[in-house]
Parts: sequence; structure tokens; C-alpha cells
Amino acid sequence: MMHNPTLRRASLLTPAIAVILLLIGVPLCLMGWISLLGKGTSSGVDWASLPSVANYVRLVWEEDFDGTMILNSSYLVIFLRSVVLAAVTTIFSLLLGLPVALWMAGLSRTGRDAMLLLITIPFWTNLLVRNYAWLIILREDGWVAKSVNAISPFGPVQLLYNDTAVAIGLTYSFLPFMILPLYTVFEKFDWRLLEAAYDLGATRKRALRRVLLPIATPGIMAGSLLVFIPCLGAFVTPALLGGGKTLMLGNIIQMQFGASRNWPFGASLSVILLAAMLIVMTAMALLRNRRTA
Amino acid sequence: MTDASVPPAVSIRNVSKSFGKGIYTVPVLDDVSLNIDRREFFTLLGPSGCGKTTLLRLIAGFETANAGTIAIEGQDVTAAPPFHRPVNTVFQSYALFPHLTVEQNVAFALVEQGLAREAIRTRVGEALEMVRMGAFARRRPAELSGGQQQRVALARALAPRPRVLLLDEPLSALDLKLRKEMQLELKQLQAEAGITFLFVTHDQEEALTLSDRVAVMQAGKILQMGPPREIYERPTHRFVADFIGDINLLEGEALPGGGVRLGPGAVVPLTCATPGKVTIAIRPERARLATVGEGTLDATVIHSAYLGTAMLHKLGLPDGSTFLLRQSESSGPPPETGSRVGLTLPGEAIRVLLQ
Repeated sequence: MMHNPTLRRASLLTPAIAVILLLIGVPLCLMGWISLLGKGTSSGVDWASLPSVANYVRLVWEEDFDGTMILNSSYLVIFLRSVVLAAVTTIFSLLLGLPVALWMAGLSRTGRDAMLLLITIPFWTNLLVRNYAWLIILREDGWVAKSVNAISPFGPVQLLYNDTAVAIGLTYSFLPFMILPLYTVFEKFDWRLLEAAYDLGATRKRALRRVLLPIATPGIMAGSLLVFIPCLGAFVTPALLGGGKTLMLGNIIQMQFGASRNWPFGASLSVILLAAMLIVMTAMALLRNRRTA
Repeated sequence: MTDASVPPAVSIRNVSKSFGKGIYTVPVLDDVSLNIDRREFFTLLGPSGCGKTTLLRLIAGFETANAGTIAIEGQDVTAAPPFHRPVNTVFQSYALFPHLTVEQNVAFALVEQGLAREAIRTRVGEALEMVRMGAFARRRPAELSGGQQQRVALARALAPRPRVLLLDEPLSALDLKLRKEMQLELKQLQAEAGITFLFVTHDQEEALTLSDRVAVMQAGKILQMGPPREIYERPTHRFVADFIGDINLLEGEALPGGGVRLGPGAVVPLTCATPGKVTIAIRPERARLATVGEGTLDATVIHSAYLGTAMLHKLGLPDGSTFLLRQSESSGPPPETGSRVGLTLPGEAIRVLLQ
């Protein structure tokens, strides 16, 4: 009955398209629609309200007591902090992950398998539990804080409940997402290419810069995206290790859907987050296209 | 050609190399010494594992010798890193940089040398013209065939004008027809570039065709070194004789009074230094057919094959071994299969071999 190849192809694609539309497309549209509505009294959304951009205006402007609109920078600060923390986390993951991935690629077959297992083991434990573990490690009477304070020339250092703690926690959580794509690149890397570079007069440093790094760039980009994007939306780590003082976008979104019961405002924040991620990904894609062109 | 006042292109003195430690030590090169003249096409020939590639890698600087010295045009480079040696390598796998275009690959070494942009462009153009790959300058290695990649690898290694070009089995990945073409091109290229070539191969035919001189290696040692004709016609070792071309090896006994006895009543006029068991070798084309009883030995024709310009006969000897004989078209009618023939082994064609 399916003799028409176009029809056949379409029918085979239907389940996949249906899943994408129902589970991704519809919720996204719903979120976009809700972000334009008003806050409900009993439920989170007033479905009867007229759509407006009020929720987006609220991100930057605030109505003063006398009715004039004044600048409210608190959300901007949180947004900026999220971007900075995500960027710092990405850089630290790259600095830590590059040598690890390089080292792993040089191991024997069994060594590599063992390392891959070790790197994936943390995923067997809930993120919340792992962040509580960091809470114990970094707390004031923990051994890390004690040993840091023992050698610190600046007097006692507070390790917990600040941006540093959040950055540490995020780097820990997302490091595997950096290591794995880098490792895949290095595992396939033909090390004889470095010999060829030496042979053609490149020192070790120059060979790394002119051969290894450019070939590893797709892995570096993939790893950076895999760390940066989820970091932007992280909320468990800042909530625990930031002690409620270092808020990130993820935290206020969670608050709007939770305690504040202001779904439309939460939705508008989510749309902004999504837009930020799309901008980053597009920029990366453009960068990559320019490199290969 | 050899002038005492001009240092040789490559001079290797008592070089030894082993891999591994303690009881796992595997010796790869054992006290190897050799000189390669300037502008010479020199080939290291041997089976895999004989140490020829290791010797090449020592000269390139990828490995360090346990003992001995390596000098290039009189300059000691034993401890120099590869990027400070005036040699370039054509790798067996080509090792072209996949992220760079053909011209960027060829320019790689020139950029490291710090040449000006204009100079680099000219030199890259020249190198690519030399291997007739000018039309492919903007392609990436993945878009080229094996033979084309081979040419780019050659251009890349020649562009920085090395004193010595090292070639590590560069033709082994090509099919037979392409390999023959590239052999000729290599030879031409060497004449054009006027550079010393050190070529590593396990293909004896390739070694004989291309080289000015060949060194035959086995188990980390150079057994014999000389021009192809000498290696082919006057092998000194059983291994060399067996490795290069078809050859008949016969066991015999050197007699105290002179001569080597191959069997009852079969004595060839040869003088050996010491009496006792010896192995003698003779090429199939150097033995001749005779009438029964008049040759050195009598034999039976087991099988004959027509080769176009000659016949190849497989003969059975009295002791049960077989003997290959190549009979040229002009030397009379071929014997019939199963017939008895005489076999003449001219004394000047026989080599007495070392084990």
C-alpha cells in the first residue's frame, strides 16, 4: 500500500515528529503564551487575562509608589551573575578537563575504560546528595576550610555560601560534560601528526598550538556548550552552596513557580534564559562555520 | 664521489637501541654503523621488525639511541630534538594535517622557519608543481586519493629544503600500478631536488630499482651493504640471498683439497676458507641445462612455466630438494616434464654464504 516513497518516509517519521511536537513544541509554546498572561489568584496563571508584555517589562522596570517607572537592576544583576558564573565554570572545567582528557587518551584500553567508569560514577548519585557532600567538605569546621585557613595570608576565608562555593560546586557537577567530548576527540587523535609537526620544525608548544588544539576545537566547543548551557539554568547548586545569598536565574525561576506562585513571571524568565542560550549556541555555530569555511 | 674532506650526508657510528626495561628489554639495533653519501639514494631493506624503521626514527630524532652517535653533514645531532634537525620525513601514513589545506600543509615548515608570506607562497607553489599537485592547493587531505596524499606528503617534506629526506615505506599503502609510477617519480624527484634520500622498505624489488646503495638488515644488524647489483649477484649471507630475488640454496661440504661436494660425485670447483658444511647459492638464471651425466648434477624436470621471455623449470635433485632454473628463449628447446636432464653450475655464478 505504501508504494510512494515520499509517503512512506513521511509515515515512518510521524512518531518522531509527534514526540517532538507534543513533548517539546507544545510545552514551549505554552510557556511562551503563559509568559504573556497575568498572575492568577488561586492557581499560578490567570487564563482569562489579556496577553501583554508586562512580565518582561518587570524584569527591568518597576512601578514606584507614585506610579512612575524606575529601573530595577536586581534581576539584571542575577542574570549577569548567572552568565559570569556559567562562564567561569566553563573555563575552570576546560582547564581541569583538558589535561585529564589528554592523559586518559594515552592510557591502555583497560585504563581508559576504568577512567570512563570513574567519571560516570557520580551520575549514579543524585545531584542534591552530591551538593550536600560539598556542603560538608566546604563548611567552616571542615578539613578543607581548616587547612586553607591555616596557610591563608589573608586571615580566615569563608568557603561556603558565596560565589566561589557555587563556582566550585558547578565545576564539580559539570566537569564530566567537558571531559567526555574532549576525550572522544583525543582518543581519535592521530599522535603521529605531532611527530610530523616536530619533524617540520615545530617545537612542542608550537605543535600543540598548530596541530593538537585546532583539531581538538570541535571537542572544546561541544564541551563548553554542554557545561555553559546547563550552568546558566542551574538552581540546586546555588541554592545549597550559595546559601540563598548567591541567586542564579534558575533559583528565581524555581521561586516563581514555587513559593511565589507567579507562573507568568517565571515563564517570562524562562523565555529570557532560553533566548540567552540560543544566542550563545548560534554564536558558537557561526564561529565554527567561519573556521571550516 | 666520496671525498674525505666533505662529511657524509648521514654518518651513523656504533648506534644501539633497545626498547623496554629490565627483563623486558628488546634489542632493536645492535651496533650499527653506516655512511650515506651526499645526493645518494640509500635504502634500508629488511623484513618487518629488523630495525630499519627504528634507525630512520633515530635519524629523524623521534627516538634516542642508547649508544653511538648520529651526524648529519658533519654536525652531531645525536641529542638534538627533531625540530632542530635538517631532515624531513615522509611518513608511511603520510600524517597530513587534516585541518589544513594542501597548501597550508606544505607551508607548515616554512611558517616555522619564519619566512615572509611572499616567500612561503613561492616555495609552496614550487613544491606543489614539483609533485604536480598545483591544481589541488585548496583541497583538504580527506578529499585526495592515496597517491595524491602521497605527493602532498612529499611536497611538504621537500618544501623546507632538508639536507636529507627520510622516507618510511612511503609507497606501501599504494596499489601496484600506482606504486610503480611513484617509484619512477621518486627517482626523478631526487635527481631534481638534489637531496640525499634515505628510503626504508621491505620490498626488495623496490629497493633494487630505486637505490644507489642498499643496506640489508636483519635482527638489528646490517648484514650487507652495497650497490643493488652487488647485493643481487654477490650476496654474502644466506639471509640476504634468500631475501632478494629467487635463489637456489644448496647444502654442501667444503673439501680440504678445494672444491665443494654437493652429493655423490658432484663437486663444484670452489675454494672455501675452512673445510666443513657450507651453503652455496646460485640464481635460477645462472644455472644451465646440459645432457644427462655431463652436468654437475643430474635432475628431473618436475614442472615448467612459460614466462614470456624465458621458461622457469622446477627440477628435482637426487637428495629430494627442488631447484629453480630459468632458461632463456635462445638457449634451445625446453625439456619435457618428467625427463632427466643434466644441470651445470658454473663456478663463477656460485656464492658461498655465511649463515
